[in-house]
Amino acid sequence: MHPFLRFLGLAALAAAALPGAEPAAPAAPDPIKVGEFASLTGKEAAFGQSSHKGTLLAIEELNTTGGVLGRPLELLTEDNQSKPGESATIAKKLLSRDHVVALLGEVASGRSLEAAPIAQSLKVPMITPASTNKRVTEMGSYIFRVCFIDPFQGTVMAKFARHTLKLQKVALLTSVSSPYSVDLAKYFRETFTALGGTVVLEQKYSEGDKDFKAQLTAIKAAGVDGIFVPGYYTEAALIAKQARELELTGPLFGGDGWEAPQLIEIGGKAMEGTYFSTHYSAENAAPAVKGFVKKFRSRFANETPDAMAALGYDSVMILAAAIRHAGTTDAGKVRAALAATKDFDGVTGRTTIDSHRNATKSAVVLTVQDGHFKFIETIAP
Amino acid sequence: MSEFLQQLLNGLSLGAIYALIALGYTMVYGVLRFINFAHSDVFMVGAFLGYYLGKLVPAGTWWGGLAVLAGAMIGCAVLGMTIERLAYRPLRGAPTLNVLITAIGVSLLLESTGQVVFGAAPRNFPVLFPVRNFAVGGLILGSNQLIVIAVAVVLMIALQLVVYRTKIGTAMRAVALNPKAAVLMGVNNDVVIAFTFGLGSALAAAGGILYALNYPSIDPLMGVMPGLKAFVAAILGGIGNIPGAALGGLILGTVETFVGGSQWSTYKDAIAFAILIVILLFRPAGLLGRFTVEKV
Repeated sequence: MHPFLRFLGLAALAAAALPGAEPAAPAAPDPIKVGEFASLTGKEAAFGQSSHKGTLLAIEELNTTGGVLGRPLELLTEDNQSKPGESATIAKKLLSRDHVVALLGEVASGRSLEAAPIAQSLKVPMITPASTNKRVTEMGSYIFRVCFIDPFQGTVMAKFARHTLKLQKVALLTSVSSPYSVDLAKYFRETFTALGGTVVLEQKYSEGDKDFKAQLTAIKAAGVDGIFVPGYYTEAALIAKQARELELTGPLFGGDGWEAPQLIEIGGKAMEGTYFSTHYSAENAAPAVKGFVKKFRSRFANETPDAMAALGYDSVMILAAAIRHAGTTDAGKVRAALAATKDFDGVTGRTTIDSHRNATKSAVVLTVQDGHFKFIETIAP
Repeated sequence: MSEFLQQLLNGLSLGAIYALIALGYTMVYGVLRFINFAHSDVFMVGAFLGYYLGKLVPAGTWWGGLAVLAGAMIGCAVLGMTIERLAYRPLRGAPTLNVLITAIGVSLLLESTGQVVFGAAPRNFPVLFPVRNFAVGGLILGSNQLIVIAVAVVLMIALQLVVYRTKIGTAMRAVALNPKAAVLMGVNNDVVIAFTFGLGSALAAAGGILYALNYPSIDPLMGVMPGLKAFVAAILGGIGNIPGAALGGLILGTVETFVGGSQWSTYKDAIAFAILIVILLFRPAGLLGRFTVEKV
């Protein structure tokens, strides 16, 4: 169509649509736009889906109780397909075209690290619900997180392996292409060695690998009591399966990247007796957790929320509290209010934002038993 | 020693899958002189057909597993022939580059369609055959690994028989040698080429199912890496040469596994590809390939 004709057509459409569109109601206040980028499809889709559901639940809940500052919240969600490179593009779009007040996003640290510099340069607060890599919040003063960080998580699993499981010699199987995995392995090794254990060998793989038999055979030959697998659930499940096929019997354990229903779906029986650290347990009897689980289950077809969902929910609630506290959606003031968050009682525990814009909170260790996640213990910071 | 043997077994079962995929690349190259990049996605479709067919038969039975394998092979053979009919045959006689670009287009089409139809999230592949571990000395033989090697060997022998002992095989070799002369001798090139695509795609489907048996998480982009490796294997063995593709696959799988189990596990793909470069430096036509002089 000729551009001019197209313009005419659009103008006609607009003219036709405008009059009857808004019945004479009192002008609704402008919504507060919140941007979210998540891995709704692709390899880590379980993470994105979970955190998105938690985020959505929180937004809907706030809106039914009158929104924030008398304005409803509007959630703009974009999918990065679990692919590298997409998050940066999406962040640019949400920030410069949609002018969101704050950016929520990502579970995987690698993808949060893509968006963080953009949010920082445009001076818009970004809250990552579940990225635990230390470098994410080091990107600048506008980047926050509502979860613990890998140095803590690595320490937790090292203590758990050394004290609770009483392991002496372990092997590491690290994903070299994920900053999350590399750092978790590093901090685990430091603490585990300091506690008198030995890391016999570290084998490596890349995201998307499916064959781990070579690495596992080498680990088996080295003779270890257990294997620390600080990766994401797809690989962790395949690793557990292949380890059991090679009759490696020691316990396997990992970090919060393991928590997804697909871990058990893909890994099946091989996941029994494995352990991982995470942010919260749905079995927790605290009223905040019980209430959240109930609301979540009634909203999403009886699905039990996992840690990513709980963190997504908390990230919205902490943002809303900060906006209320700031009394405005001005980015600088919201940032200051976020930085001042202290003793916020959320689903994932009591959150205080420290001077590095990280949350200090406790971790829980879960195990897989009869095809379900079971709570083992809470480890305080 | 037992570690060495274990790694050798791991490598052979991985290499057998690469070999099955590589055969498809090499056969199509043999008759049409172009690389069918959509082949790795036919591999993916094979795994997904296995996934859906696997739900129709009882899990972990021999007849069920073999029926699924056969069904997926037939399905992919039809898919391969359809692709050839719709995308490549209209370009018969066009410059090779056009066909090559079309192949990349078909590959992207299959991947994107797969993401729409199957969804982008990985799925858990069902257990098709009875699973058992056999311990021989310090060696652990997984039943899936043995099935992979056995099925690959049987299919490669069958392929060899088809190519060298049947009429259509003779016609295939005739077309590969000289398509124009083959037509003059009364060979219907279109039928032969369609058959070649069908055969290659069936092998890719088998490869897809065997791959998914060993690594039971399948997604629409699962074909990309194995496809690339198999392509390299085909080049390594000498593209257009059937035993060469099998040999190339086995070498690549074994090297990758041994490097993967060493302290340089990060560089397993890099080292596997570096070996390819070294071999091609000394034998530019591949291990079993021969240079044919282009007659003008």
